[in-house]
Amino acid sequence: MASRLMWASRAASYLRISVFHRGFSSVVKDLKYADSHEWVKIDGNSATIGITDHAQDHLGDVVYVELPEVGASVTQGGGFGAVESVKATSDIYSPVSGKVVEVNEELSNSPGLVNSSPYDNGWIIKVEVSDAGEIKNLMDADQYSNFCDEEDSKH
Amino acid sequence: MTISQTRNIGLPLMNLLKLKGFSILLQLQLEEQLLRTSSENWCILNDGTSDPTVVMGVSGKPAELLEIESVVLDQVPVIRRFTGGGTVLVDDGTIFVTFICSKDAIPGLQPYPRPIMSWSSLLYNKVFQGIGDFHLRENDYVFGERKFGGNAQSIIRSRWIHHTSFLWDYKVGNMSYLKLPKRAPEYRLSRGHLDFICRMKDYMTRSNFIERTVEATGFYFSVRSVDLEAIETPSNIKFCPSSRLLAKQELEAAARAL
Repeated sequence: MASRLMWASRAASYLRISVFHRGFSSVVKDLKYADSHEWVKIDGNSATIGITDHAQDHLGDVVYVELPEVGASVTQGGGFGAVESVKATSDIYSPVSGKVVEVNEELSNSPGLVNSSPYDNGWIIKVEVSDAGEIKNLMDADQYSNFCDEEDSKH
Repeated sequence: MTISQTRNIGLPLMNLLKLKGFSILLQLQLEEQLLRTSSENWCILNDGTSDPTVVMGVSGKPAELLEIESVVLDQVPVIRRFTGGGTVLVDDGTIFVTFICSKDAIPGLQPYPRPIMSWSSLLYNKVFQGIGDFHLRENDYVFGERKFGGNAQSIIRSRWIHHTSFLWDYKVGNMSYLKLPKRAPEYRLSRGHLDFICRMKDYMTRSNFIERTVEATGFYFSVRSVDLEAIETPSNIKFCPSSRLLAKQELEAAARAL
């Protein structure tokens, strides 16, 4: 957990955003979140997408990331790929609709980036957003943090 | 009302499909269809598959995992399945048990790999109670230090599948199609296949295992038997399974690329 706090602080410093810690998983303040545990960073009509610290922690060591093709369409809430962690494949869902403009090729050789740097070097795809209005359907950091707490407390 | 009938009240329904000698490729495609298009819970029990077949996980690389020359020469089918995990050689000595569940089917169970794996070990603890030194070791089912059951999972938004291939028996010669995997559990300790695995037939009969598995499932679910013919693909849902047979050309190209 100490190393997780350290990388989160370093990532925060690099990204110039504030990070707060909700117990065991980190949440980054200026991102938006889906209830399927993906995050999205919006920059104009460009979106960068990955899975959250909560997700990577619960999935375990990622050994493979199934990436979409550049040019593929994604829809909000629709699946666009999967991560494999040891014995399980888990679908990943896009928080926004649009077109995939870039995929993180580094993940082919270093899938563990999803675990070690979920909000930074472990990003998965970049999307040209087709409907900025959909962002209102996503959670902010506080809402996502509460969502994770509720989900974990049910089990 | 009997005690067992009383206990069933309130348990979620589980459709039990029992097969024998069913094609593993068709089984995998059926499983993915039920995972992605059904909202019900399913337990599939396939007692053996007709032809010896290699089954790799979703990210398996043939050149790293298989002795491709022998596989191609002996025309052993190679399948890439939709779930994660490692490579197995399955045949008529393999018993397959699959659970496909909605995420709320087991109260308090988080739909993530490790909780699902742990829950499965509770079910199989009941199956193997009093029979051998059974436990879940990392992600394998073992008697003592030897593996007899391999697991794989796939998790989607509101459902998950956990399936197991049990080595009720195996042919020593078939193990030579498999290389030692690079990614192996720590407890394997670099043991070759034959020193790492064991046969379930040394512990119980096939029918006893199947009977006990169905009974253990009944502890968590209200089980009803269904026939394969009764399973329909909903006509309004387009579904294309991803588990597939690898072509000979693909295997040969993989071997050349190494």
